[in-house]
Amino acid sequence: MPEAVLHEHHHPPALAHHFENLEEQHTAATLGMWVFLVTEVLFFGGLFMAYTLYRHWYPAAFMASSHELDITLGATNTAVLIVSSLTMALAVHAAQEGERGKIMFFLVVTMILGLAFLGIKSVEYMDKFEHHHVPGASFHFDDPALQQPAQIFFSLYFVMTGLHALHMIVGLGLMTWMFIWTKNGTITKDYSSPIEISGLYWHFVDIVWIFLFPLLYLLGRHI
Amino acid sequence: MSATHIVPKKIYFAVFAALMVFTAITVAVSFVDLGPLNTVVALGIAITKATLVVLYFMHVKYSPRLTKLVVLSSLFWLVILLVMTMGDYVTRDWRTYGMNQPHSAPYGIERTIAETVNL
Repeated sequence: MPEAVLHEHHHPPALAHHFENLEEQHTAATLGMWVFLVTEVLFFGGLFMAYTLYRHWYPAAFMASSHELDITLGATNTAVLIVSSLTMALAVHAAQEGERGKIMFFLVVTMILGLAFLGIKSVEYMDKFEHHHVPGASFHFDDPALQQPAQIFFSLYFVMTGLHALHMIVGLGLMTWMFIWTKNGTITKDYSSPIEISGLYWHFVDIVWIFLFPLLYLLGRHI
Repeated sequence: MSATHIVPKKIYFAVFAALMVFTAITVAVSFVDLGPLNTVVALGIAITKATLVVLYFMHVKYSPRLTKLVVLSSLFWLVILLVMTMGDYVTRDWRTYGMNQPHSAPYGIERTIAETVNL
């Protein structure tokens, strides 16, 4: 009898017991994701801080090194990420409308674009190895006077884009998880929060690239 | 009943178009020599693009005030990180004492101390 009483009240199956309603549950999930993203901003912030300081110290070396990056591949990857952000937003839209087929379609397109980004990135990395632009014993820069500070630029280039690429890989894992949850019916019109907060993560990774692209590729393009 | 505000698809497409246009502009402008303004323009466009993504793709424009506060707090901490650290490093070479001590920059700064002081 007590158990029966306990479960007498009705609530949507997607609603956890400790929330009043779906809106409160959704707000809590979103807020939690944003708190995590604040820590991510500061995680990348430390690297942007290092970039700012070294660029302040070695403006000429940073401009000359930036010139060695491939602007065509960089700009292409920027476009690829922006399109992937659009398809992610459309996946969220489909989730809010409860359209399973569309969610899965847009998640797959987003993942393909993410893989394309990583593919282009690895072509760029390979190019850096071939041109001896990887910091270390075999590093070579045309202007011997800039040899040491240019290594700092390329160290930052590899760490910042590498950490960004790692986030893309995590994002691909998240998208795979969301695809499974959509396919097995966990995601419903009432329970679209997982897709939405995965979308927040994906857009955040896009924003990091929005800053990496001009700071690494466009600096000193005019010289 | 829907628990969330659904952003119309046409807003997503408009934001997408704006992001692509801003990307084209920032690439085009980078080939023009504007002196120090190159960085200002590049960062201005990047901040605009990021703001569009945050407000529309990430729904912050339609989020409760508490969420907006948390989003803004990330900028607050980031500004502390950047401004206070740079405030320290930039002013280290302004000192008039101990000028025979090595620079804070490991390979020496590219500009001379006299230039820095006269900035």
